[in-house]
Amino acid sequence: MKEITRQEEIFNVLKTVDDPELPSVSVYDLGMVHDVRIDGNSVEIKMVPTFAGCPALEFIEMNVKKAVEELAWVRACQVKFTMEIQWSTDAITDKGKEELKKHGIAPPPENFRPGDEWTVNCPYCNSDYTSMENIFGPTACRSILYCMACRNPFEAMKPVVQPLNTNY
Amino acid sequence: MERGEEKMSNIIETPEQAKQDATYYQALRELLLQLADDDLLISFRGSEWLGLAPHIEEDVAYSSITQNTMGHAVMYYNLLEELGEGRADILAHDRQPDERRNGCYLEKRNGEGMYLEEPYYDWALAVVRNYFYETCKKIKLEAIANSSYQPLAHVARKVLMEHPYHLAHWKLWMKQLQSSTDEAKKRMQTRIDEAWVEFADVLELGNLATDMRKHRLVTISEEEIKDKWLDEVKTILVDLPEGPVGKKYGSGRNGEHTDDLKQALDILAEVYNSDKAAAW
Repeated sequence: MKEITRQEEIFNVLKTVDDPELPSVSVYDLGMVHDVRIDGNSVEIKMVPTFAGCPALEFIEMNVKKAVEELAWVRACQVKFTMEIQWSTDAITDKGKEELKKHGIAPPPENFRPGDEWTVNCPYCNSDYTSMENIFGPTACRSILYCMACRNPFEAMKPVVQPLNTNY
Repeated sequence: MERGEEKMSNIIETPEQAKQDATYYQALRELLLQLADDDLLISFRGSEWLGLAPHIEEDVAYSSITQNTMGHAVMYYNLLEELGEGRADILAHDRQPDERRNGCYLEKRNGEGMYLEEPYYDWALAVVRNYFYETCKKIKLEAIANSSYQPLAHVARKVLMEHPYHLAHWKLWMKQLQSSTDEAKKRMQTRIDEAWVEFADVLELGNLATDMRKHRLVTISEEEIKDKWLDEVKTILVDLPEGPVGKKYGSGRNGEHTDDLKQALDILAEVYNSDKAAAW
């Protein structure tokens, strides 16, 4: 019983650690937390990296470790990135999607399959009268768009999903 | 024989397991170095384009691709580090040219001049090189997504999810420039013809290719990689060069390289070499 409470405590902390490049969106809501193991006063957190080339990963590792170690009962927290499972934009929680919008970033499409048409609604006015300016953006995970309706430039998180017809 | 076959179908999950068979380990090490060095060199050449791409949005796109590709190199160097081959930073910065395993075409200079002064770089080379490379990379990633070395298979599956954006970008440039002005067409064809006689070792797996295949580190042969690549580029190239794809400068897979590699490494490792003991 005690273990479950501690596990919940850790998850509550992880919901407060934001991605440094997406303030207000926690690593938990981005779907980056894979596994939390508690052994006495030691905590091991397995995380899933978003984009491989993301320079924020090292900061995320540091920030998670620091935040968890602030819990009185935690003596040491180890953060490991695992490749055993592959992150996809489907892992972002509903809360994460809402927070992205507040940050001016349209969330990734749901149930996207490779080859699907990607339509993006403006995170400010929700219009679908938008145009893609650049599929690449300020970070690997984002694209740059423009809303013809409310005349705002905005960004969108691009869908990252498993390719079709894989045999693994 | 039966025993051997059983062994081949084994999944290797940890570095410790990989070390139990010397030929397996050697083939794995070579493959990882090839994958890491290819991504390192193409992204180094990409980084030299920063601020110089044809327009501002292309600068954003190309540097994003380059940064991500460097991230892919890091994942392979990390796998080597886990195998006990030394720290990832040192593997990237501090190996001699003859220890490098990247294909020779990937080390080629971007054009005349230097990025700090008078960079007369050739965009046609950037487009052809990146398109040829990303096409090859997809085929290889698919061939290692079911690799017997599980940690490598996981990395391949990860990269395959990001890679479609890279490939689509260069494919679009290929199509557009090949149907553009006469000058564009001519410059593209010159670089395509040049690549045709230099690109072969990028497609190859070097001296240990047979072992890599035998141990199911890769699930298709070198010949199949080449065939698949040819089938794919044929759909994009307007004017297919004649003859087989060559390797004019030898095989980078076996440590043969041009002076351009040394030039690249000198710049890449300039800061590292200035104080190897510094803590960053």
